[in-house]
Amino acid sequence: MTHAIQVRGLTKRYSGVEAVAGIDLEIEHGEVFAILGPNGAGKSTTVEILEGYRKRDSGEVSVLGADPGRPTRQWRSRIGIVLQTNQDAPELTVREIMRLYATYYPDSRDPDEVIEMVGLTESAGKRIRQLSGGQRRRVDVALGVVGRPQLLFLDEPTTGFDPESRRRFWDLISGLAHGGTTIVLTTHYLEEAETLADRVAVIAQGKIVAEGDPTTLGGRATAKARVTWADGSVETDTPTKTVLELSQRFDGEIPELAVTRPSLEDIYLRLIEPS
Amino acid sequence: MPETAETTDAPPVTAPSAPMPSIVRVSLARATAETKMFFREKDGVVFTFAFPIVLLVLFGSIFAGDLEDTGVTVSQLYTAGLIGAGVMGAGFQNLGIGIATERQDGTLKRLAGTPMPPSAYFVGKVLVVLLIAVLEVAILLAIGVTMYDLDLPSEASKWLTFTWVFLLGVSGSALLGIAASSLPRSAKSAAAVISMPFVVLQFVSGVFIPFTAMPQWLMNIASVFPLKWMCQGFRSVFLGDGGAALEAAKSYELDRVALVLGAWLIGGAVLCLTTFRWKSRRDG
Repeated sequence: MTHAIQVRGLTKRYSGVEAVAGIDLEIEHGEVFAILGPNGAGKSTTVEILEGYRKRDSGEVSVLGADPGRPTRQWRSRIGIVLQTNQDAPELTVREIMRLYATYYPDSRDPDEVIEMVGLTESAGKRIRQLSGGQRRRVDVALGVVGRPQLLFLDEPTTGFDPESRRRFWDLISGLAHGGTTIVLTTHYLEEAETLADRVAVIAQGKIVAEGDPTTLGGRATAKARVTWADGSVETDTPTKTVLELSQRFDGEIPELAVTRPSLEDIYLRLIEPS
Repeated sequence: MPETAETTDAPPVTAPSAPMPSIVRVSLARATAETKMFFREKDGVVFTFAFPIVLLVLFGSIFAGDLEDTGVTVSQLYTAGLIGAGVMGAGFQNLGIGIATERQDGTLKRLAGTPMPPSAYFVGKVLVVLLIAVLEVAILLAIGVTMYDLDLPSEASKWLTFTWVFLLGVSGSALLGIAASSLPRSAKSAAAVISMPFVVLQFVSGVFIPFTAMPQWLMNIASVFPLKWMCQGFRSVFLGDGGAALEAAKSYELDRVALVLGAWLIGGAVLCLTTFRWKSRRDG
């Protein structure tokens, strides 16, 4: 029971194609863990196995101390799942569906409290059909956490959001993480992983190709920095020295100066390149 | 916070001590929500609920007149037949299409990820179907009595027959609908895949055309399915002994009605348990 999730040598094949080709993973309690990877890399399959939706072919998997291949009601009551797309129950109001889902769990949160937590108090009496896409997504998250889960899976939670809604959504998730909920997040937005995750794993072709702190992933923090200015650009291990030299050359202010290290996106794109 | 050994640094992995909610409570919560969803979805209400009512008014008005000196009018025959069709529509058609849609829109997948006991989902469905069927039958009977001189039986034994035919019919149809919901490939095709065989079944089971007016081979096929027997059971209640002469066997054969409907109930339950899928086909 030392890790929230422990995976050893996980594999899954679909009609001969190896979707997951031997994945090892350890996710700690209270951690926010992001799984990145292109479509078809095995990301969703891996997560669905952890969620108890799919059977694995081989490997050892333990989620909250139990085998997700044999989900029980007890185990399910400790896990929250926010799936990618749902258009269900359009004719129920927000409050009605929250109350309904609350009855499934032994120790559920107060539905009105959860509605407030996701910022839908104003719309609690509205039918789900009448909500905007962003509001609907918040209903999805609310349904995922109403059972007071110890572990929450979020599958591409902010796809289709405008930047402002995305920020608000991140605050909500950070709040849950601070409350001690372990969160496993899949996303296509590198910025999202960088903002929310304590650690990230990049999956490509069914394998984990990199794993670690998003600020240092793939040697990001120690990679050569690029110094650019009005009429030049150079990659260097010693950007401070370069800037000082440039400063002398221009006698003070360097025109259009920028010092950058590779973004998470640069590292990510390099990692998922087929070798 | 008092600093005691028990309350500090409790590991977050301890199993919840609260007991799991009872299946009865979850089933009732589901039935309540299902009822709201059904009656708020106007298209569905018209499709499953109003359809037999409209047809009864229509057919009952077009085909007036008596049948072969039995004292039974054609409108009365339609009332009994459409009660059978209405009961089966509420179960088979309503659930067959409704659950196929829920499989595609993610309802079922989301539910499968919660600790909701699967049986609560099915019980909730059957309860809402029972409610729809009771209302449907009440309205059809009211129309039959006020417009087509249908006599409601006064004997308790007839109502006893009505009750068991109704309960066996509703639950069997509901289970068949749940099982059939796995057949359509998508929600879009569900209405066609489910409704087409149901309409055919209504025609060959004596809902619109007297059963005996059909060729023997069609009668044989229809006798395999529950609708023919449900209609026969309802005729025995509402057309009285005079109507028995109109039956193929010159009798209502209530023992066989019970046998066939009971067999479909068991068969439907087995089909549900063995074939129900919480995920859509494209979802693997």
